Amino acid sequence: MQHMFHWILCGALALWLYPAWALAAADEAPGRALARQTVKNDDLEWITTDHTRHRLLQQDFTSPEEVIRACLTCHNQAAQQIHQTIHWTWKDPADPSGITGKGGLSVNNFCIAMGSSEPRCTSCHAGFGWKDKNFDFSNPEAVDCLVCHEQTGTYKKFPTKAGYPVSEPTMFEGKTEYLPPDYKAVAQSVARPKRTNCGSCHFYGGGGDGVKHGDLDSSMFMPNKDLDVHMGVDGQNFTCSRCHTTRAHNIAGRIYATPASEHRKSLLEDDLTAKIMCESCHGSQPHKTTQKANDHTDKVSCQACHIPAFARVNPTKMHWDWSTAGDTQREIQKDQHGKPLYDPKKGDFTWGKLETPHYEWFNGSITGTTAKDVIDPSTTVRISWPIGDKDDPQSRIFPFKVHTGKTPYDKVNKTMVIPKLFGPPQSGAYWSDFDWDKAIALGQAYNGLPYSGEYGFVDTEYVFPITHMVAPKNRGVYCVECHRKGGRLANLTGFYMPGRDSVQMLDMGGWTVVGVSLVSVIIHGLGRIFSSVARKKE
Amino acid sequence: MNMKKIYLFTRFERFWHWCQAAIILMLLFTGFEIHGNVHFFGFKKAVELHNLLGQTWAILFVFIIFWLLTTGEWRQYIPTSKKLFEVVLYYSFGIFKGLPHPVPKSKTAKHNPLQRLTYLGLTAILLNLQMATGLLYFLYNDWPIWGWTFLDLRLLALIHLTSAFAILTFVIVHVYMATTGHSVTSYFVAMITGWEEVDEGEVADWEIQSRP
Repeated sequence: MQHMFHWILCGALALWLYPAWALAAADEAPGRALARQTVKNDDLEWITTDHTRHRLLQQDFTSPEEVIRACLTCHNQAAQQIHQTIHWTWKDPADPSGITGKGGLSVNNFCIAMGSSEPRCTSCHAGFGWKDKNFDFSNPEAVDCLVCHEQTGTYKKFPTKAGYPVSEPTMFEGKTEYLPPDYKAVAQSVARPKRTNCGSCHFYGGGGDGVKHGDLDSSMFMPNKDLDVHMGVDGQNFTCSRCHTTRAHNIAGRIYATPASEHRKSLLEDDLTAKIMCESCHGSQPHKTTQKANDHTDKVSCQACHIPAFARVNPTKMHWDWSTAGDTQREIQKDQHGKPLYDPKKGDFTWGKLETPHYEWFNGSITGTTAKDVIDPSTTVRISWPIGDKDDPQSRIFPFKVHTGKTPYDKVNKTMVIPKLFGPPQSGAYWSDFDWDKAIALGQAYNGLPYSGEYGFVDTEYVFPITHMVAPKNRGVYCVECHRKGGRLANLTGFYMPGRDSVQMLDMGGWTVVGVSLVSVIIHGLGRIFSSVARKKE
Repeated sequence: MNMKKIYLFTRFERFWHWCQAAIILMLLFTGFEIHGNVHFFGFKKAVELHNLLGQTWAILFVFIIFWLLTTGEWRQYIPTSKKLFEVVLYYSFGIFKGLPHPVPKSKTAKHNPLQRLTYLGLTAILLNLQMATGLLYFLYNDWPIWGWTFLDLRLLALIHLTSAFAILTFVIVHVYMATTGHSVTSYFVAMITGWEEVDEGEVADWEIQSRP
């Protein structure tokens, strides 16, 4: 009887304690709780102006400059602010020589560089009329406010008009028709930039959907939570600038060798800090206190585990071989994603979808190469590569897309070259006349660079940090994908990682001893059985 | 020869033996999963279990040591070379001829010289080494806080692994040796009930460690 009472008491106690236990289990990770506080006011309306009611915007504009003039009457600091930013200069502000940047002499292994092909490239410049070296960078009315701020979705800059929209309906490559914008509607629609604004250029870097980044493509206009847990329209529905916070038109983010942030402060430590780092909102110990993952944050970036693959919806370009370009007769094959494998203007391509990132130590800084830098053509040229070291407290293991290529270079001067790619027929532009020697000579001369007259194609690599397309928390990388032999981090050496590393001799020796002991006891046991049977027969 | 039943293992002794056995087996299993030799729980679960079991073992071990010290049972582990050779000879040859064990046991002398040596090495060195390296491994992220910059994870992991192989080898031999009693199961029964059937025979004086 007393025994039974004891059990009833225990049961009652357990029931009484249950809700407390259940609540504790439902408690969310500190990093989520922190971030939820950051975004809890996102639904509030902060805007104090309705642009449709501005008299100045209720006119029939005939040119984009007219609209800009109207914008600047109120926003009288905006153009000067833009003029200071890389969105305008296309030059790395950290490099006083002015050669780093698309507006300088930086090269990549996509369309290589801009100088001498401007009107095509500057369709993504936040301005009007950058068609050659003579562009006036001090002109306030050349700033294109609309491409970043208009919300009708109808404002399109024509791909080859140096940043201008069309004034007459115009076909591009016989496929897409561009219409002149309804400037009044466009001007009245302005607001803070949405994903459509940023994406109209950044999702199409490299001249097409998803070509460059791997974690930025048209699937990010309206992603679901599975594709991007922050931007998902069925979730937080973040705009780009929710993390790429902006001051005086300077948008937070990495610029060439300058990290997106020099520190890893959370809003608790600095409430006006840029929200560009995961740590800004999630803190540096974001997981539940019992989670081993918290012990990884000093060495492993959030992205490494939380972005298991890039290009999860749309394919991205993984390889670009310029050396085979020029065959206008070749029949163009498409791959399983429906992407062309060849373009006579550009050469052979490889596309990838659901790609596993390449991991490197990364302190936020990336090297670059300009057309002035001497390269070593005997090995693969790393046109850009992450900087970092396992012993550097600022470095983390970080995921990257590595875009490989065969890219033109000067065999004698041992530099990358800038061919003139875009231009009308007979201008010498490669895409019109298909003559490498001529195109390189023209491009080099235009950019004030020497050319020996001998060109070749060198193997190149170019990296993009993978930081978008963050998966929901239960879709991250499994521990064992790195903690095993030949796993995701197989290329990172010089430190011991459980499950990945071992000493083969020790493993072999250990298992040999275990095996020998097992065999020995079996033999000994059999010996006992046989000898006892033999004794019984006697 | 006549048989008699003696009470060899007290309740707590049996409790810690089997708890430790279960913990060590699970630690070996999860440990070798972390090392990549087994695939069962998954890496994450294996790590969590391994950490939990390791801490449980350390706590249990404190109680075991406490019990050994307070009961004076630690004297059962004092090594001796007397009759050691005979015991080795017995397991190598005598056992196949059905000869009696050269060292009879009693409540006050439950381990033969070979066992004493083995268990002392195990309890005083191997298990401690394994627990110490495991604990340091577990505290890896706190090394900078304590200033333990001289520690090397790789070396530590390799010592931990070497000990694990040694313990696994011990477990194999130990489980087998447990079948070498008067009957195949008598040692197992003894470790479960505490009572073991032994040959009636005199325990030599030297075997018994008198209390001061």
